[in-house]
Amino acid sequence: MSTLLEVNNVSKRFTMGGLFGRRVVDAVQEASFSLTTDKPEIFTIIGESGSGKTTLARMILGLEDASEGEILFRGKRISRHMGQAERLAFMSAVQPVFQNPFEAFNPLKKIERYLSSTARRFLRTSDRATIDRAMDEALQKVGLSLKEVRGRFPHEMSGGQLQRCAIARALIPNPPLLIADEPVSMVDASLRMSIVNLLRSLRDDLGVSVIYITHDLATAYYISDRIIIMQRGRIVEMGDARTVLENPEHPYSRLLKASVLSTDDAGAGKLATDPGMVDLANAMMGRAGKLVDRQDGRRVRVYDEA
Amino acid sequence: MSQQSNRDILKVDGLKAYYQMNYFGVEREVRAVDDITMTVRKNEVYGIAGESSSGKTSFIKVLAAAIRPPLRVVAGSATYAFKSGTIDVAHASPEEIEAVRWKHLSYIMQGSMSVLNPVRRIGKTFKDFAQRPLGLSGRAFEERVVHHLSRLKLPPDVLKAYPHELSGGMRQRVTIGLATVCHPEFIIADEPTTALDVVVQKEVLSLIREIQQDMGSSVVFVTHDMSVHANMADRVGIIYAGRLVEEGPTRQMFFAPKHPYTAHLVASLPRIGDTTQRPALEGRPPNLADPPQGCRFHPRCPLAVEKCRTQTPPLEEVAPDQRSACWRWMDVEPLVKPSAPVGVVA
Repeated sequence: MSTLLEVNNVSKRFTMGGLFGRRVVDAVQEASFSLTTDKPEIFTIIGESGSGKTTLARMILGLEDASEGEILFRGKRISRHMGQAERLAFMSAVQPVFQNPFEAFNPLKKIERYLSSTARRFLRTSDRATIDRAMDEALQKVGLSLKEVRGRFPHEMSGGQLQRCAIARALIPNPPLLIADEPVSMVDASLRMSIVNLLRSLRDDLGVSVIYITHDLATAYYISDRIIIMQRGRIVEMGDARTVLENPEHPYSRLLKASVLSTDDAGAGKLATDPGMVDLANAMMGRAGKLVDRQDGRRVRVYDEA
Repeated sequence: MSQQSNRDILKVDGLKAYYQMNYFGVEREVRAVDDITMTVRKNEVYGIAGESSSGKTSFIKVLAAAIRPPLRVVAGSATYAFKSGTIDVAHASPEEIEAVRWKHLSYIMQGSMSVLNPVRRIGKTFKDFAQRPLGLSGRAFEERVVHHLSRLKLPPDVLKAYPHELSGGMRQRVTIGLATVCHPEFIIADEPTTALDVVVQKEVLSLIREIQQDMGSSVVFVTHDMSVHANMADRVGIIYAGRLVEEGPTRQMFFAPKHPYTAHLVASLPRIGDTTQRPALEGRPPNLADPPQGCRFHPRCPLAVEKCRTQTPPLEEVAPDQRSACWRWMDVEPLVKPSAPVGVVA
């Protein structure tokens, strides 16, 4: 069993403000997990804004250096200061998909230009036919084809199609790992499922592991194998997605689950969240505690009652 | 006033609003709102659902009396029955609209970051918005605002803050405060929670609902997220390609839809505790500059027959209080089973 990605006790601290009134923000604190090469999986990171999930993703992509701890990809340390060759090799194995496809693509350039420049760089070729074939293959994987996309500008596509193109671009170097930062939150609800189903088929049919970052528990439950739930930079609960989400244990996880809008009692107008639940979850914020193992395989952060 | 029954506050009749452009002699017409007829009752939350580019934003632009060229009202009317009198916003003069704006007709906007002026303190923004319609001066106005903010669970300190100093949820609450401080009779909310995460979203939604019931106003709530409608709306209307394709009481819409598009929207929602494969609707919304013949949904519709390709189905009552524009509405199978019988509200 070899590890694909190993995150060891990673912390990230940002310093805000100037000389006076300086303060530090702990965006991520002591995060650890690992992915293996043998079994592709969808690994989900859940948390609200400000919980550090995007910072964690940026560190895994090598866009940000960890303040403490290290991130190893196939045994090699990821850092912002990799050489160009090293960086290229790394990027051909780990590819990002961003939140808003309309911002990821330049509105004045044709979509195929992004695909072809990615292909040219990672396949190290300038042969038109090879590049076209690589583009078409990648687009086929996401249910589009080069014929449909060629000559189109981003505004001519729907949000769902454009996000598919963004995923196709990421798939050109055949990476074993995709990092998708809220890939569906800017896509219409009716088109959302096509993206989520796509991520699922990438895992099942192509063996691509996906780190899926989201705050939407419903889609997380639908596709993930394992999840971690983060609150203010700390992992508060992690484990098998079904086990954790069916019966969350940490107060914050419970609050998240209670906040999911259910359609079971549509029209009943039930919206109130139990205020005790919010207070309890907020009371845990920023407290250290430690992660302990539970019988069913999950790990939960517990606090010493003082 | 005479034709309108007392329970309706807004009556939209055969409304058509097109984007008409004429560049270098080339005429282009985008039929964003095409023949919509509906009513909104007093003291209800009416949810409008639809994909992006379905025309829902153009529709509420007309409702909010924010009609700017190239958008033009081609036919029909949108008449409000306010306490102060009726007004057809599709044809009213700027002065008439000015008289009802904020005081009777208010608007909660999408994206709280771009709504608030980043270089003006919140308190000043409140003054800019509400002092004139309220007609209060100085201290009385401030008291009113502080009292209103406390209802939204915001401390008075936010009046001294700049928008960037507030969190996303607080900012959204401030915009709700701005929209409701004059106690309007009619509020239009355009995707007010799209950019928020789950915990804050629920908070903001319950706040809007609470304020609405407190003041007895009507709310038109626009979002593409059906799970929000499930919990917010009393009635839901579905817009597809510029047309209202179905409307009805929320519960009926979810568990006994009579239009294949509604059935699909409801079925595609993922739920915790259920991992069966969800169908995704293929294809893309039609181009409104050149909509398909007949029923506009037919290229993506699983039930489409020859008639759908040529004839446009009318919006007709198919069940109590429920209207659908589909030739085959009796063949639409609900794809989701309710946890309690339809019609029984817990």
